[in-house]
Amino acid sequence: ILSSGVFQLYYQVLNFGMIVSSALMIWKGLMVVTGSESPIVVVLSGSMEPAFHRGDLLFLTNRVEDPIRVGEIVVFRIEGREIPIVHRVLKIHEKENGDVKFLTKGDNNSVDDRGLYKQGQHWLEKKDVVGRARGFVPYIGIVTILMNDYPKFKYAVLCLLGLFVLVHRE
Amino acid sequence: MNTVLSRANSLFAFSLSVMAALTFGCFITTAFKDRSVPVDIQVSKVMIKNVDDFTGPRERSDLGFVTFDISANLQPIFDWNVKELFLYLTAEYSTKSNALNQVVLWDKIVLRGENTKLNMKDVKSKYFFFDDGNGLRANKNITLTLSWNVVPNAGILPLVMGSGHKSLAFPETYETAKSY
Repeated sequence: ILSSGVFQLYYQVLNFGMIVSSALMIWKGLMVVTGSESPIVVVLSGSMEPAFHRGDLLFLTNRVEDPIRVGEIVVFRIEGREIPIVHRVLKIHEKENGDVKFLTKGDNNSVDDRGLYKQGQHWLEKKDVVGRARGFVPYIGIVTILMNDYPKFKYAVLCLLGLFVLVHRE
Repeated sequence: MNTVLSRANSLFAFSLSVMAALTFGCFITTAFKDRSVPVDIQVSKVMIKNVDDFTGPRERSDLGFVTFDISANLQPIFDWNVKELFLYLTAEYSTKSNALNQVVLWDKIVLRGENTKLNMKDVKSKYFFFDDGNGLRANKNITLTLSWNVVPNAGILPLVMGSGHKSLAFPETYETAKSY
């Protein structure tokens, strides 16, 4: 690399920067179009089997105008917890002004989610919702799960990618 | 193409492209299909009690009991891109305190390959039919509908309502003696 000159190095860095910012723009664009802060999520648990398994990819939308109705698959976060949960709406009670409270349950669980909610919390509200699952692709998210469960694998992949980018230019 | 590595690389890239094209094909060929079929729902027994909601809020609320029959032929819905149907029976009604209430009384998972002719008789609700308050008593208009969530091999996850519904009314008085 050093022997090719400083010009080559600048070119490579700029190229890399272009790829990263294009990816970022696409991601942010998706966030705007779908209205969700996480337009694509990976299913992490088996609580929605046999529909979704660990590693499946879900496409979400979160338009405020879309009403919450039973049967919908919602991705929500419980106050104070980071990990989002993907379950199905079981019950809704909606007031005339649009305020709605609802209850969820995983298809593969035998009880509803009240045990998962915060202490004393019996219902979820629209503000807890990250998005509604509208589309699905199987298996693709396994890579994300592998990288999270085995951090050494993540570093190995990053190092290999870095090496490949540097060597390929010759 | 003269090293094992470059051959493996091309093979890998090609199989990924083929799989991506197939997945997209699965999605696009079934994205606009109408997934609704006629459904027949009958109700045989209806009862109402007023107890503390032991499933959560612990307030005195109306608890409804419904026994129903459902029949439908789901065979036309299944095609190469339907992995599973998640069926759910919804009771929809409105009360003085809530403009819209929806409660799932019963659900069932039908996988591709399983028996697709649904013919259930004398089914009791799977989930407790608690109202948020006391709005079930003398409520003349509870609508039962059967809907399903189509889970594809890849693609859109639509919610489809079967055509056909059943209205029921709850009695004016609470049942104190009988147990369900």
